[in-house]
Amino acid sequence: MNKNLKPFINGLITENPTFVLMLGMCPTLAVTTSAVNGLGMGLTTTVVLVMSNIFISLLRKLIPDSVRIPAFIVIIASFVTIVEMLLQAYIPALYAALGIYIPLIVVNCIILGRAEAFASKNPILPSFFDGLGMGLGFTIALTLIGTVRELLGSGMIFGLRVLPSAYQPLTIFILAPGAFFVLAMFVAILNRLRMKQGKPLGKGGNTDALCAGCTNTACRECTKQLNAEKEAE
Amino acid sequence: MGNLIAIAVGSAFINNVVLSQFLGICPFLGVSRRVKTAAGMGSAVVFVITLASFVAGLIYQYLLVPLHITYLQTIVFILVIAALVQFVEMFLKKKMKGLYQALGVYLPLITTNCAVLGVVILNVTKSYTILQGVVNGFATAVGFLISIVIMAGIREKIEYNDIPKPFQGMPIVLITAGLMAIAFFGFSGLK
Repeated sequence: MNKNLKPFINGLITENPTFVLMLGMCPTLAVTTSAVNGLGMGLTTTVVLVMSNIFISLLRKLIPDSVRIPAFIVIIASFVTIVEMLLQAYIPALYAALGIYIPLIVVNCIILGRAEAFASKNPILPSFFDGLGMGLGFTIALTLIGTVRELLGSGMIFGLRVLPSAYQPLTIFILAPGAFFVLAMFVAILNRLRMKQGKPLGKGGNTDALCAGCTNTACRECTKQLNAEKEAE
Repeated sequence: MGNLIAIAVGSAFINNVVLSQFLGICPFLGVSRRVKTAAGMGSAVVFVITLASFVAGLIYQYLLVPLHITYLQTIVFILVIAALVQFVEMFLKKKMKGLYQALGVYLPLITTNCAVLGVVILNVTKSYTILQGVVNGFATAVGFLISIVIMAGIREKIEYNDIPKPFQGMPIVLITAGLMAIAFFGFSGLK
């Protein structure tokens, strides 16, 4: 069991996809206008990630290496479509709030990255826990960002008024710039903590790692490009 | 015609793809260290998004709608984009060497750029015609080009500044992006 728990903890904390690996930035910034939306997006992504990890792990010996990326994309896109239909039918409020960002889960780097780095090389059970850990790590990060933005931007958490009504809401935190500011503060605080412990800075301290953390072919090209750029300097 | 101009200005400035819709954030943060690289990436995105809007528009209008399988749009669009990027890369490599050298390295990066899929899906949700879709795609991509080049310009300048250690790297880039987003609010007056 321990062997299965390791990828779970890894995704949840050590390699938290948002704060440490800096992956899946689009939904992280876009839908975290409130804690509920962050939680909803996180859980939706988790479902897709777990399902695609299981499926890709099941098919890992059947998919030829040369066409694996298109095959992974089709599997992921199918699950996204299913989840999108289910949300539309059963949780229409969340479906309306997340809008275009639901189909865009397909191009979320975390999912293709885990498929390529983990699920295509490991048996079903560890892949399941890897997907669950990474997904919940993503969910926690999104909910945290959403909570801070909602608190500062409207004085509420999960739709409940927390700050007294005399509090003048800083609307900017619900608007686009607030997303950048809140994420920047989270990463900076994490960097500070790591510096105190004498650990090397997380990937958040280094933008090049944005690409390196993502393992699909596209990102490999990106890393190559950045390395070439460094050498040229 | 006026309608098309409204769409173009709206997509390029008022609802800037990166700074207000948060699409294409990964290349925006990752490939914006140098103005030259940023301009290359931006131009490749303009090229691919415009082409993808056209091709996906055709496929949606003449294949998915008549066959009543519009619910498959996400799967179809992502495959079309991936194939299109592959194809464009091969074509440029064979026929247009100069352009390939300028854009080639950025092309594979674009498949997983959510701006491409985002624009194509937005075209469908807003039920644009094919022409409107292409204009929207082109303008959105130009908005991306503008913001990534500005970002790279600022990053080249702040490289030599004395930034507090925890803020070095990603956090300062995010704060810069936030300030740019505030500046872009100014464009909403154009409406």
